Amino acid sequence: MKYPIAVAAMLALVLQPAGAQDRPAAVKKSAKPTVAAPAEQKDAATLEFEKFRTQMEQGGNPAELFELQGEEFWKAKRGPKKVSLAESCDLGLGLGVVNGAYVQMPRYFADAGKVMDAERRIVWCMVEKQGFKFDDLAKRPFASGNYTPEQTSLVTYVAARSTNMKIAVPLKDPHVREVYEIGKEVVNYRAGPYDFACNTCHGEDGKRIRMQNLPNLSTPQGALTAVLGWPGYRMTGSVMLTHQWRMGDCFRQQRFPQPKYASDTVTALLTYMTANANGQMYKGLGIKR
Amino acid sequence: MKTIARFSPLAAAMPILIALVGAMPAAHAEGDYRAKALSMMKQDFVTKGQATADRVSEDGLQAICNRTGNKPPADIAKRLEADQLAAIKLPADGKLLGDWKSGEQIAQSGRGFTWSDAPGLPVGGNCYNCHQIAPKETSFGTVGPSLYRFGKLRGNTAETQKYVFGKIYNAKAYNLCSAMPRFGHIGALTEKQVKDLVALLLDPNSPVNQ
Repeated sequence: MKYPIAVAAMLALVLQPAGAQDRPAAVKKSAKPTVAAPAEQKDAATLEFEKFRTQMEQGGNPAELFELQGEEFWKAKRGPKKVSLAESCDLGLGLGVVNGAYVQMPRYFADAGKVMDAERRIVWCMVEKQGFKFDDLAKRPFASGNYTPEQTSLVTYVAARSTNMKIAVPLKDPHVREVYEIGKEVVNYRAGPYDFACNTCHGEDGKRIRMQNLPNLSTPQGALTAVLGWPGYRMTGSVMLTHQWRMGDCFRQQRFPQPKYASDTVTALLTYMTANANGQMYKGLGIKR
Repeated sequence: MKTIARFSPLAAAMPILIALVGAMPAAHAEGDYRAKALSMMKQDFVTKGQATADRVSEDGLQAICNRTGNKPPADIAKRLEADQLAAIKLPADGKLLGDWKSGEQIAQSGRGFTWSDAPGLPVGGNCYNCHQIAPKETSFGTVGPSLYRFGKLRGNTAETQKYVFGKIYNAKAYNLCSAMPRFGHIGALTEKQVKDLVALLLDPNSPVNQ
């Protein structure tokens, strides 16, 4: 299943809609709508994309390329300390255990004294166990152009090893619960020139920006929609992006400044939305428009 | 860019804030998480492009809405709405109806104020992001109400023009914790742009009212 990748990647390049994020393409209809269209209504471009996504997910998501790369990184002895993550990094289920780890993060890590999401934990291991410098990893933390950070490939590998497993953020842990509650505050916090909070758009069911459906993060279904598909291969720009990246892009559109890489605020947001999706199935690596 | 005005000093709202916090007996645990979230966010954001780190600080109005779940007590809402209303600058010549064609373009554009946008004016009105407006545009959001046929339904009276100008200039003057940005108040949209948007909604020749 892994080698229609090149073909798929080329297709992705061809189909890539420029600036889709800020202004989703719409197909004009001649009929005059007199009332707001129902939220479930999808334009032809969206339907076409979803069909394409299903095919890609079944037949070879380009994200798998990064998964393979991430697996190599995970197992190789690397960094100034020349140790592998496989022999030194605990993602919460024991040293080197990868299967099922992604769907059980964010979680509390006693060695770090912090609640961490998957990407943050991997970066922590790279710094503490392998001897990489955090500032180097944070310099260009997300993919752009032909560049993909090593930690993105690692996150992709780890996430793929939770495919078709139930999301189970350990909310009974008081450390996690506290960060969850703080995340809920972040989601409701209005500031900036446009007075936007996450919840200005993501706090109600059935809302849209243009044709883009907005998941309600406070509901199990909405939270699941926000969690599924990350990390994902994004056709706009042909890049592999993580859930951490997506949080930053939300803040960008909220007209907020940039969250620092692997910060408490981003972990709090991820804790809130992932825990709200608890008990539901994580479907693995995504394809994004 | 004239955006300084938006951060009206938090101090102005302080007495109200203190009264609010005092009046909310069950808010203890919640307030604790909020305080932690606030200090966390103060540390966790950095300036990028035009999006300066100080945007994370709440102004007085935001602080009230944040602390009341966007449902401030009626008396407080009234007082603060009056403050916002008093700050609306109506055009000196009294003419509120601009050019609907230009208004349509402003309504289409969602550009402005993000860290990836070019700094400075003009910026877009973001209107279609949240509202249905002219019937030709079927890619519209539903965060706000439909404005299709707005002028037909409300009439193009002087009073309605003034309300629409004010609402676009500062939606919070009419509904303190409205989801809609204060486009004129913060200096995002110019007086001319707001007038053009008024025309888009109210001009009998605008496609909105056909």
